[in-house]
Amino acid sequence: MIQVTLPTHLRTLAQVTGPVALLVEEPVTQRAILDALEAAYPMLRGTIRDTVTKERRPFIRYFACGEDLSHEPADATVPVEVAEGKQPFRIIGALAGG
Amino acid sequence: MSEVRVLVGTRKGAFVLRSDEQRKDWAVEGPHFPGWEIYHITGTPADPARLYASQSSGWFGQVIQRSDDAGKTWEPVSNEFPYEGTPGTHQWYDGTQHPWEFKRVWHLEPSPTNPDSVYAGVEDAALFHTNDGGKTWRELPGLRSAKGNLWQPGAGGMCLHTIILSPDDPNRIFVAISAAGAFRTDDGGATWRPINQGLKSEFELPDATAEVGHCVHSIAMHPSRPNTLFMQKHWDVMRSDNSGDLWREVSGNLPSDFGFPIAVHTHEPETIYVVPITSDSHHFPPDGKLRVYRSRSGGSEWEALTKGLPQSHCYVNVLRNALAVDTLDSCGVYFGTTGGQVYASADSGDNWIPIVHDLPPVLSVEVQILP
Repeated sequence: MIQVTLPTHLRTLAQVTGPVALLVEEPVTQRAILDALEAAYPMLRGTIRDTVTKERRPFIRYFACGEDLSHEPADATVPVEVAEGKQPFRIIGALAGG
Repeated sequence: MSEVRVLVGTRKGAFVLRSDEQRKDWAVEGPHFPGWEIYHITGTPADPARLYASQSSGWFGQVIQRSDDAGKTWEPVSNEFPYEGTPGTHQWYDGTQHPWEFKRVWHLEPSPTNPDSVYAGVEDAALFHTNDGGKTWRELPGLRSAKGNLWQPGAGGMCLHTIILSPDDPNRIFVAISAAGAFRTDDGGATWRPINQGLKSEFELPDATAEVGHCVHSIAMHPSRPNTLFMQKHWDVMRSDNSGDLWREVSGNLPSDFGFPIAVHTHEPETIYVVPITSDSHHFPPDGKLRVYRSRSGGSEWEALTKGLPQSHCYVNVLRNALAVDTLDSCGVYFGTTGGQVYASADSGDNWIPIVHDLPPVLSVEVQILP
C-alpha cells in the first residue's frame, strides 16, 4: 500500500487524522497516486490539482525520500521506497511568507 | 420567541452568532472551516436548516460546503465550475485578451422556494446554477456574451458578487460584476443585457458612460418594489426605478460616495443604508469615524448613524457582502468590518452594539430569523 500524507487542511477536509493508505497498481506514478487518492476521497478533487488539466496547484508541493518531486512529470515513476510503501508520498502546502 | 442567527464569513473561517429577538445577548460559535477564506455563508429561505458556504484557499482552491442541520455538520459538494464550451477571453490589465480562469465563488444565492436551487457568482465573472443542492453546477453562458470580451478585472478581481432574483418574475435576474457593471436577464438566464445607462465613471473609464466596464460594488432591492434598484458604485450611490434601464445619482450629502455595501430596510422600501469610505486609495471611513448612513427618502438626503460606533481612530472597511438586515418587526441591521468587528442594531440603525470584536477580517454577513 502506498502511504500518502496530507497537509492539515486537507486531512480535515478528508476527515482523516493521519497518513492514508492507497492501493495503486504498477507502475506507481504521481498521476496514479493522485487518481487513487481522489477516488478514495472525492472531496479532495480540485484541492491538489486542477480538475480539468490535472496540473498541480501552484502552492502545492510533492516531497518523498528527501526530494522535491513537484517538477517531475506526472507519469514518471515515484521512488521505489514510495512504491513499496516504505516511505510516504508527502503532499505539502508550500511556504508562504508574511 | 424567534432566534436570530447571523452567519459571518471571514478570512479565516465562518462564525455563527445567535441571539433572541431582543438582539442584546449573543452566543458566538466557530470557527467553522478554520484557516480557510469564507467568501460567503448563507441560509436558504425555503429551509432554514440548509446552509451553503463558499470555502476557498490560495493553496487548495475552491470547496463548497453544504449543511442540512443548521451548521452542526457539513458536507463538501461539487467544487467543479466548468465554463461552458470554449471559455474565451476578456480584457486584461495590459489591454490584451486573457482567457477566462475560474478562481473562486464570491456569492451564493439560494432560490426562495427550493433549497436545492442555488445560483453562484464566481471569479472570473460568470453565473452558475445548481438544481441538485450543489452536486453539479452548470454555467449560464449567455451572461458572458453580454460584451464579456470588454470586461476587465478591478484590483479585487473580476468577480460576480451580487445576484438578485426578482420576487415577481422567475425569469428575471439581476447580477453585478466588478469591473463590468450590472446586467439583467428577462428569460431565465438565456440572454442578458448590460443595464448601465446613467452610470458615470469619469475616473475609471476613458469613456465615462461606456455600456460596460463600470465598477459596480453592490446592488440592493426591496421585494415590494422589484423595479427599484439601489447601487453602490465604486464612486456614486445610484438608483433606478425601471429595473436598471436608467440610473440616477442619489449620493446627495454623503461625506464620500465611495463605498462597498448597500442595503434596504426590511419594512421601508425607501430607507437605504451605505457605509461611506474615504476613497478608493483610502479604504477607511472619513475622519476615522465609523458611520453608517441612512436615507429615508430613497437617497439624496442622508443622516449619519453613530451611536455605539467608534467615532475616533477607526480605520476599518466594510466589504460589499458584509451588510445585512433582518426581518423582525423592528428591523435589525448588521455589518462586519475588516477589523473583525460585527456590529448589530435592533432599531433600524439608531443604536449599535458590537456582537464580537476580534474576528478575522469579515468578508460576508447574512442573517436568518428562525421560528
